[in-house]
Amino acid sequence: MAVQLVMYDEEHQKVLEVCGRLCQEANASVVFVIDKNGQLIASAGETNRLDSTSLASLVAGEIAATGGLAQLMGEKEFSTLFHEGVKDHIHISIVASRVILVVIFDSRSSLGLVRLRVRKRSEELGRIFEELSRRSSHRPSPLAEITDEDIDNLFSV
Amino acid sequence: MSFINYSNREINCKIVYYGPGLGGKTTNVEHIYENTPENIRGKMIKLATQTERTLYFDFLPLPLGEIRGFKARFYLYTVPGQVFYYASRKLILKDVDGIVFVADSQIDRMEANQASLDNMRADLREYGYDPDKIPLVMQYNKRDLPDAAPVEDLSRILNERGFPEFEAVATTGAGVLETLKAIARLVLRELQAGATR
Repeated sequence: MAVQLVMYDEEHQKVLEVCGRLCQEANASVVFVIDKNGQLIASAGETNRLDSTSLASLVAGEIAATGGLAQLMGEKEFSTLFHEGVKDHIHISIVASRVILVVIFDSRSSLGLVRLRVRKRSEELGRIFEELSRRSSHRPSPLAEITDEDIDNLFSV
Repeated sequence: MSFINYSNREINCKIVYYGPGLGGKTTNVEHIYENTPENIRGKMIKLATQTERTLYFDFLPLPLGEIRGFKARFYLYTVPGQVFYYASRKLILKDVDGIVFVADSQIDRMEANQASLDNMRADLREYGYDPDKIPLVMQYNKRDLPDAAPVEDLSRILNERGFPEFEAVATTGAGVLETLKAIARLVLRELQAGATR
């Protein structure tokens, strides 16, 4: 079963734009969009200060665990998580049941503002990803052109 | 589920190390981490108990090089092997692209191997996979132990479907990279086949 999510440059730019706008409007430090599988899709803001790969896998793990909890309780999902720290806070939400939107903010913003802005931009992101999921299954994948030799070459070093 | 990003020219795949508790899944991933050049390897995350037993998962992002101008990146996960962590084990298996089943070669762990394998196959079915067709590599670990069962027996009991199989001693690294290469190959071939179907 080879299900693939194929994202073209144009869609990636759209996601980046939404991340950038959300980061600005919410006065956030960083915004991440992560696949539910833990793969980082896009980010905006002060991304250099964080290990984004680790963050993405941990957030995805957390969302998976919370999803398990929701099922136990008979809920479809818990769509929002919030962690409050001393300086930094993390707002995590599920968009269109398929990607995770992470907003990290400090005292320059507030939970109310973040929630408000996230709600608005989530709809936009949701539309992009619904369209992308629909299109992914009809798209030619770059892997179709890969030969057995290409795969072997990857391991020849 | 693989994720192909044309913008960054990246192909991302998820590989899960599955198997019974104390079988050597984390040791496999640790060996890979230690043998990946420092300048390219990602950070290894271990969510473990105080006694070093995996509580939720271990995670290692592994860049493998370029394939037709796309950076192939594998995300390696291990599951907690202990029976009572069933719920979290199942979560890690979701959207997997390939599996390494790390079996413990010791004769008295045969039942645990079998139970873990059955558990995995049931969960895969629930997620919509055909457990006979998913890219999977069998690894018979702990070959150095005196009470290790003969490979033929392990193969007959655990691998009647004939998945590629490797002997390993994860503590010394023997067989670890061979297993990884085999699963990475299978995953890419499956993606390639899926893309042309």
